[in-house]
Amino acid sequence: MANNFIVAPSPHMHSVESTRSLMRDVLIALIPALVVSTVVYGFDVLKVTAIAVASCVFIEYLIQKYLIGGPSTIGNLSAVITGVLLAFNLPANIPWWIIVVGALVAIGVGKMTFGGLGRNPFNPALVGRVFLLIAYPVQMTSFPQPTTSKFVDTFSGATPLAAVKAGGDVASVDLLSMFGGVMSGSLGEIAAAALLVGGLYMLWRKVITWHIPVAVLGTMALFAFVVALFEGGNPALLYELPAFHLLAGGAMLGAIFMATDYVSSPMNPKGMLIYGIGIGAITMIIRLWGAYPEGMSFAILIMNAVTPLINKYVKPRRFGVISK
Amino acid sequence: MKSTLFNMVAVLFTITLIASAGVGAVNMITQEPIAEAKALATKQAVSNVVPEFESNEVSEQTIDDMPIKVYTALKGDQIVGYAVESMTKNGFGGAIRMMVGFLPDGEIYNVNVLEQAETPGLGTKMCDEENPLLSSIKNKNANELRFSVKKDGGELDALTAATISSRAYYNAVARAHQAFLVASGAKAVADGVSGATGETDNQGEDAQKGGENE
Amino acid sequence: MLRKEAKMNKLQIVLSGIIKNNPTFVLVLGMCPTLGTTTSAINGMGMGVATMAVLIMSNLVISLIKNLIPDKVRIPAFIVVIASFVTIIQMLMQAYVPSLYASLGVFIPLIVVNCIILGRAEAFASKNGAIDSILDGIGIGLGFTLSLTIIGAVREVLGSGAIFGYQLGISEYMPLVFVLAPGAFLVLGYVMVLFNKFAKK
Repeated sequence: MANNFIVAPSPHMHSVESTRSLMRDVLIALIPALVVSTVVYGFDVLKVTAIAVASCVFIEYLIQKYLIGGPSTIGNLSAVITGVLLAFNLPANIPWWIIVVGALVAIGVGKMTFGGLGRNPFNPALVGRVFLLIAYPVQMTSFPQPTTSKFVDTFSGATPLAAVKAGGDVASVDLLSMFGGVMSGSLGEIAAAALLVGGLYMLWRKVITWHIPVAVLGTMALFAFVVALFEGGNPALLYELPAFHLLAGGAMLGAIFMATDYVSSPMNPKGMLIYGIGIGAITMIIRLWGAYPEGMSFAILIMNAVTPLINKYVKPRRFGVISK
Repeated sequence: MKSTLFNMVAVLFTITLIASAGVGAVNMITQEPIAEAKALATKQAVSNVVPEFESNEVSEQTIDDMPIKVYTALKGDQIVGYAVESMTKNGFGGAIRMMVGFLPDGEIYNVNVLEQAETPGLGTKMCDEENPLLSSIKNKNANELRFSVKKDGGELDALTAATISSRAYYNAVARAHQAFLVASGAKAVADGVSGATGETDNQGEDAQKGGENE
Repeated sequence: MLRKEAKMNKLQIVLSGIIKNNPTFVLVLGMCPTLGTTTSAINGMGMGVATMAVLIMSNLVISLIKNLIPDKVRIPAFIVVIASFVTIIQMLMQAYVPSLYASLGVFIPLIVVNCIILGRAEAFASKNGAIDSILDGIGIGLGFTLSLTIIGAVREVLGSGAIFGYQLGISEYMPLVFVLAPGAFLVLGYVMVLFNKFAKK
């Protein structure tokens, strides 16, 4: 009865979009990458994804029911997305119990501690990933070699980023196969082409705007270009280094799917650009001079923490108020 | 009490006087036990890496601006081994100090990491009993080893996901070997045998190169 | 808060330091040693006991000399007293428990700047008698030791699968992050929540 007359401040516009429909679009956009990954790494990919999704949903259900109370929130599919994104950040050969620990941290610490969807300052999937990276460094950094046949045993191999960090040559990397997804890495980050397709689908469905992905990837490319300029020598490096950094590691996955998380990213275009530039720059700084080969997840988390500040300073001017 | 200038100076002076007297007294009492505890710790560290010995002599060297201590372990007049307290600044978390034990002919008897700040679970494996770093050099003659990991074209194993720590480890062992050659070379000269000096210089360059690779 | 404390009886002074005014979980003081030294239960406990020893001694001395110290130089005077006791503790530990000294390392000298000690000197010892000040030192010290031991134990179990150095045989499954700095923040946060929910009633 009381709910029939909701009193709320404007705007009173209504659209058919709901959290559930938005999340469903994100899930659809993630499918191409999942398919490519399954082709490259075999059925382990589906197993890891299924375990991650199931444990995320189950843990959210338990916490909502027994610790927080109130109606169950698993219907809005956000836990499913967290599960898929968490799985995308793991090596395909990771033991199942590490996935469950990751889901517990992602949902329990990253999301429900702050009160659930909409209140979490950090991207839950990334909280889970970074926790696992520091907690189980060996398992999290031993990636299987890509194989196109599930009958061939996979061996652990270095990601292109780790290889270059350890003194390898960028020119020796096959950029085209990286674009297609044949490289070592977390299961969802390898297929740059498929991730781009998913990104375009989300743009078309207006789930995300272009600002964050373009700002992140643009900054990274520009950064790499300037570094290549200073390195001098081989002129081919001028386009190879930017291309390498855009295709390697979690650049695409992070820029398109992780950084654009509604809850933890800024609200208006100007803020989104600042946020994206920050992520791109921090990622490149960690990649080039930091201890870890990949810095995308740390960069996004750092900028997540800055988001409230960005929102505060780039608040759009209120209509009718004279600017000072 | 009122805060006049005289009061403040007098009170602070008295307090510092009493406090320093107290600290001085405790220092006098604990000086000996502290020295004993340190000596015991050193002796234990030495005896971990060389065969059984009765007494030891200490000499100091400076290699690449780092102080390296060499403990020569003696049994009677016989040299049973050299324990070299070596270090490197190239660790993932800063300096690594270790005790490297050599037999007189250059065979590496044992290595004991004394101090490190590597990543727990990755680089810290260098402290374990049977880690790949130790087992790839243990009981091998250091004069015939090139201290570089497989990734850099060498033949020694590295720790999984901790290449920088592994390089630093071998860097310190190489420096210890250098100090060992100097120390044992000096003995050899005294005994009328020479020829170790040339090798020492080469090793110095190698260690230097190792440092640049980091 | 202070006036209330002044009226408490002896037992209450001790108890309040453990629960109601728990320095770590309620007053949120001395976070540096709390986060830095609690990599294992025994380290946390060692740090807590060392701090408690300094706290009791400095509280006692400061309450005795409080009337002799001119108001304007009381802080430097307190710090000299505290620093002397820290140095003494440091030398004693180095001499008689070298292994604990080796693992607590840099955090021992940092007891000097632990705000709990200066805080209690300023808030309690400089306004109360010698006996009460000792009791306050014991209470707050026990509270600090208890908190650090709890945090250390949780981090040790979660991070290295051991408790008080006793291996539980699950170490390879435990997330390493808990013995590192990020784990310290996580554990402190959650233990603080639980403490305030259950103990502080």
